[in-house]
Amino acid sequence: MRNLAVFVIRNYFFLLFLFLEILSVYFIVQRNYFQHTSAVSAANWFTGSIYQARTDFSEYLDLKEQNKILSTKLADQLSKQNSSWMFYSAHGTIYNDTIYKQRYEYLPAEVIDNTVTLRNNYIILNRGKLQGVLPDMGVVCGQGVVGIVREVSDNYCVVMSILHSDTKISASLKKDGSFGKLTWDGGSYQYATLADLPDFSKIAKGDTLISSGLGDAFPEGVPVGVVKSFEFKPGEKTYSVEVKLGTDFRKLRHAFIVKSLMRVELDELRKKAGVENGK
Amino acid sequence: MVNDLVRHIMRFILLVGAQGLILKNVEPGLFINPFLYILFLIQLPFETPPWVTLVISFLLGFFVDLFYGTLGMHMATCTLIGFLRPKILSFMAPRDGYEFGSQPTMQDMGRAWFLTYAIIIIVIHHFILFYLEMFSFRDFFSTLLRVIISSAATLLLVFVTQFLFYRTKQTT
Repeated sequence: MRNLAVFVIRNYFFLLFLFLEILSVYFIVQRNYFQHTSAVSAANWFTGSIYQARTDFSEYLDLKEQNKILSTKLADQLSKQNSSWMFYSAHGTIYNDTIYKQRYEYLPAEVIDNTVTLRNNYIILNRGKLQGVLPDMGVVCGQGVVGIVREVSDNYCVVMSILHSDTKISASLKKDGSFGKLTWDGGSYQYATLADLPDFSKIAKGDTLISSGLGDAFPEGVPVGVVKSFEFKPGEKTYSVEVKLGTDFRKLRHAFIVKSLMRVELDELRKKAGVENGK
Repeated sequence: MVNDLVRHIMRFILLVGAQGLILKNVEPGLFINPFLYILFLIQLPFETPPWVTLVISFLLGFFVDLFYGTLGMHMATCTLIGFLRPKILSFMAPRDGYEFGSQPTMQDMGRAWFLTYAIIIIVIHHFILFYLEMFSFRDFFSTLLRVIISSAATLLLVFVTQFLFYRTKQTT
């Protein structure tokens, strides 16, 4: 016992170091493998309020440009509204519309913090648990896909943007529907890589990429980007595609969180069958 | 003594604030992410007891992590720096030890000494940090490039602050 005490006193510096280091590494690992923990939520709350104050101020600086982006989006939405469509059918049969059921709901949110230069970039939005945001929900903006919600606190959520090494989004060619996995390998915030696109897809430069709708983070058809260049990998029989992202992450100010209304049912089904969410 | 403490606390707040609110949002591109806040650990007085250095490093990392939303990463890195700093200092000590009351600044210790000391700490810090961020050794060389470029940027900023804030001291 006395030897132990002597040992502790003699090596207190190293032991303290070991303790603090293990604590830090524990936080990192916890963040990587367990989501929405209380420690992280508390941190979100702290920085969330600081960032909110800063955003309230800096928002005024580029109101003009943001207004332009928003009004384009609004015009686009209005033209898709039911009332802007007319009934146009040769058969003249009217269906009482019970075959469609709303599957997605959009929650507007403001970006209060955002990075694009780190290897793993996060975006913080001012919507959280109290507004019904849950981890793994998709986030989109007027120009395209933004990322996936990773953690939520009461009023804020942390989003892994496409510019993150853990983000994998299923995207497909609008032309023929063949799909691959969108990842980001660092470098420019304007370009990402679409891997595993099968060899039978008729890809060409300038093709539009949309979200495939697999998994339930994103509805089908949200724009992702445009094919900039592609390369055939003979060994894997797949294409590797360089994609110019539709979303301009540097100018991102407003985003929409996509709530899947079927999520509870799908999650239960997945649990029962023992399959993971494909995203 | 109390005056010194207040000055260090002010410096802590200033550096963490500058890092979290300004430097984080400066985007020169080309993989450059300067981490100027490490200057606080570089400039702790020579007489700081090792365990105090360790605890301060841990707290510094914690507050920076809050701003970057990367709980644990800066904590782990800074704690390691806090552990290594006393060893680096004793390794680099002049023959008859550090003069009492002198500070680890460019003005007190000379340009060559300060340059070596700052480079050692900054490079270790950036190296650990960027590889922890990747959490793997894939893309080893592109991460190494980031370490080198960002270290150079941080070093430049450290030098600029040295010239800006310590020039008056030199003349007295």
